[in-house]
Amino acid sequence: MCLAIPGRILTIIDDGPLTRRGRVDFAGIIREVNLAFVPEAAVGAYVIVHVGVALSVVDEDEAQRVFAYLQEIDETGELEAGA
Amino acid sequence: MKFVDEFRDGAAARRYARAIAAVTTRPWTMMEVCGGQTHAILRFGLDAFLPRGVTLIHGPGCPVCVTPLELIDKALVLAARPGVAFCSFGDMLRVPGSAGDLQAVKAAGGDVRIVYSPLDAVRIAGEHPDREVVFFAVGFETTAPAVAAAVMQAAAGGLRNFSLLVAHVLVPPAMEAILSSPRSRVQGFLAAGHVCTVMGYAAYEPIARAYRVPIVVTGFEPLDLLQGILMCIRQLEGGRAEVENQYARSVRREGNLSAQRLMTEVFEVIPRAWRGIGEIPKSGLALRPPYAHFDAEQRFGLTVPGAPEPAECISGLILQGVHAPPECGVFGTRCTPDHPLGAPMVSSEGACAAYYRFRGPHLEEGRA
Repeated sequence: MCLAIPGRILTIIDDGPLTRRGRVDFAGIIREVNLAFVPEAAVGAYVIVHVGVALSVVDEDEAQRVFAYLQEIDETGELEAGA
Repeated sequence: MKFVDEFRDGAAARRYARAIAAVTTRPWTMMEVCGGQTHAILRFGLDAFLPRGVTLIHGPGCPVCVTPLELIDKALVLAARPGVAFCSFGDMLRVPGSAGDLQAVKAAGGDVRIVYSPLDAVRIAGEHPDREVVFFAVGFETTAPAVAAAVMQAAAGGLRNFSLLVAHVLVPPAMEAILSSPRSRVQGFLAAGHVCTVMGYAAYEPIARAYRVPIVVTGFEPLDLLQGILMCIRQLEGGRAEVENQYARSVRREGNLSAQRLMTEVFEVIPRAWRGIGEIPKSGLALRPPYAHFDAEQRFGLTVPGAPEPAECISGLILQGVHAPPECGVFGTRCTPDHPLGAPMVSSEGACAAYYRFRGPHLEEGRA
């Protein structure tokens, strides 16, 4: 039920405080999404969307951390230690 | 799909598996809180990536599963009422009440509608002023802001034919209830990434300290889960019990403040009964007095007789991670997705449904 998926904002349709809405592209499927909780989200940003409402803007730098973490482990030699 | 596909990379997953094996010296038992995480673990077979002795147990994070029987029965009464259009997420339709389910009410002519968003229910209410539109508000903190937004839109639009049957629950009190149980086997938590997207994770810091458990806020893709497991085991091996954030691409420490503000405007915290677990203090949400006219229980004066849970269903123990689904005597035999005895076999996030779907009906007890 807490399923939420990332999509890219194509256009902002309405900029009212409670009704801020945009069209969001989920890998080719376009849906209208409520953007009231992400007032900072601009066209081109990726947002995490749950039941038609965007809950956060994806931090693209932080998204790389899952790979950077592996890199750090490789560099410290931790991978080989007990493998 | 960007921010999904790259987090399913097999080579990186194997590197994480090697790193987990390299740091693990002892058996550890962790609970993933969210049912979406449980499904990803079983769907991608992530438990097979873990060293022997490292065990994932499945938490209560399935709102459909923990909605008490009494509320399901109220939903059935409302949905069958002439003039009512009963709107629900699809997951709820086959959850068994004490007599039937919403699907059966629909089949018998009830106006039961599956909606994707609570905002859709508000739209339906606007389009059909002749019908009483009731939305079954089920969910955790992830879903509550969308429901709060629906209430505000209904209020702003002056809708008099819109109301909510509220079943909202909160995650941190349930984690504390699990840790307080003498049967708890949980040594570390993978906290639910989308709940924390809304609420942040400051609330977990006192829990980590009080119960000496590491809590790692974790996402839902295979690499997220493997990194969360690695971070949690590193803490366990190092004797640390801190809150860490694996899912930083979506989660900030303070969460989404505008979503929290609207939730606090519309809802207040109350004690709530969890199906199979019992009442947990401060674990639910109810509409505040200024919005009480949107409360379907008040509007329709609903009362239903108390009803016992089916004796064969051990969903309470499954939801607390005391037992895994294959340990249930009726799993895959008298309880299947077509004929469920309990909600965890129905919901797309239920642990029993995940085992049935990805491991098949005839299971020996395995590493779960």
